[in-house]
Amino acid sequence: MMALRERALVSSRSVPSLPKHVRIRYDPVRQAFAVLSPEKVFWPNDISLDILRRCDGRSTVGHIIADLAADYDAEQEAVAADVVAFLQEWSDKLLVKL
Amino acid sequence: MSEPLLPPIGMLAELTHRCPLQCPYCSNPLELLKANRELDTQTWLDLFSQAADLGVLQVHLSGGEPTLRRDLEQLIAGLSARGVYTNLITAGVGIAEGRIEAFAEAGLDHLQLSFQGARPSTTDRIGNHKGGHEKKLETAGRARAAGLPLTINAPIHRHNIEEVPEFIDLALSLGAERLEIANVQYAGWALTNRDQLMPERAAVDRQAEIVAAARERLTGIMNIDFVTPDYFAIYPKPCMGGWARDAFMVAPDGTVLPCHAAQTIPSLSFERFGPRSLAEIWTDSPAFNAFRGTDWMQQPCRSCERREIDWGGCRCQAMAIAGDAAATDPACAKSPIHARMAMLIDEAQGAAAIPSNDEQFVYRRIGVVTEPA
Repeated sequence: MMALRERALVSSRSVPSLPKHVRIRYDPVRQAFAVLSPEKVFWPNDISLDILRRCDGRSTVGHIIADLAADYDAEQEAVAADVVAFLQEWSDKLLVKL
Repeated sequence: MSEPLLPPIGMLAELTHRCPLQCPYCSNPLELLKANRELDTQTWLDLFSQAADLGVLQVHLSGGEPTLRRDLEQLIAGLSARGVYTNLITAGVGIAEGRIEAFAEAGLDHLQLSFQGARPSTTDRIGNHKGGHEKKLETAGRARAAGLPLTINAPIHRHNIEEVPEFIDLALSLGAERLEIANVQYAGWALTNRDQLMPERAAVDRQAEIVAAARERLTGIMNIDFVTPDYFAIYPKPCMGGWARDAFMVAPDGTVLPCHAAQTIPSLSFERFGPRSLAEIWTDSPAFNAFRGTDWMQQPCRSCERREIDWGGCRCQAMAIAGDAAATDPACAKSPIHARMAMLIDEAQGAAAIPSNDEQFVYRRIGVVTEPA
């Protein structure tokens, strides 16, 4: 069996981005943001959307966590756990690139 | 209606029925349309624009072989301009130099490439196209070089079910993000060739184990979508996510259909884009409303706790096997004729055991079954 790639694990130094087959767009018909992928359309909630929008290929996970904690006026540790779990899940589905 | 009418999310555009391959399980209807029945460029562009207005977010460009349309670049560009996600579903043979790059430049989001086998001899035999496998490998390479995300689609039946591990390795070696292990659905040409295609129960069980293990092993590396074989199922698939619920398809001549095989239901008649707008057809067409929601259901569907999970399953399979399009999909264990599925599996094994029957496919060709006058 070939293993040309490896499963990526989220760390605070990861720099997440959206892969080419994933796009976020505003849908004026449903007045909501949609995440478009080859076969599926996802409707992220506000927090998921805030994370995904920061997956710009420049910001580290550490930076994204600090930024969100400031925006939501929340404990950095609690935000960190949620963000890491979310990004790992989305990376495992190949919807986020680490 | 038991729920409000929602706008459609997805659309499958069968741009043409022409195809260089002759796969005996093709999901196109038996009565294939010739090129002179296809919509022209401007009509497709109008249709796509109306689809975007209506709420369609994703369009799957399919066929036949969609790259046989010389205006495919223009059609992709039209969709891309409206922000619609475009997925090109291709057999990947005979695509002229430079075109894949042109599709990418026009804004194509994703390419799905079929392989009839993981081995060259299988691909060439099933598609009845010599050298097809090599050409597909080239197409995959060109798609990757053009920066296009890639899904490998593997339609599974008795003649390639043992190749599932090789399909997984093939998709990995081609750098695909996604692999579809899609067991053939017995409608259209596949229904005609059912006895030739139906796998054995033991092979189906092995396949399920192999796919489950590969999914686990390849988490975060490659997605594997598994379309399980209906005839071996306990519950039916929510066909199209429910009849006319969030997706539809358009045939090469502009006929708008709730699903691939809908024209096999004789009580329904379908409307064409042009004389009527897409919005009118989606909202008002009696064929679209025939099995929408749950009000049409009979027992056991009507009182089933899964009625809004399965949506009654596949209407065309109910038509083909139960002889009633409003019956419970016989794939469901609650269907009164569910046992018929097991009988059909056994009948197919019996037929396949006769050596002279082996691989006597009715290959998919225009004119094998003629259009009505």
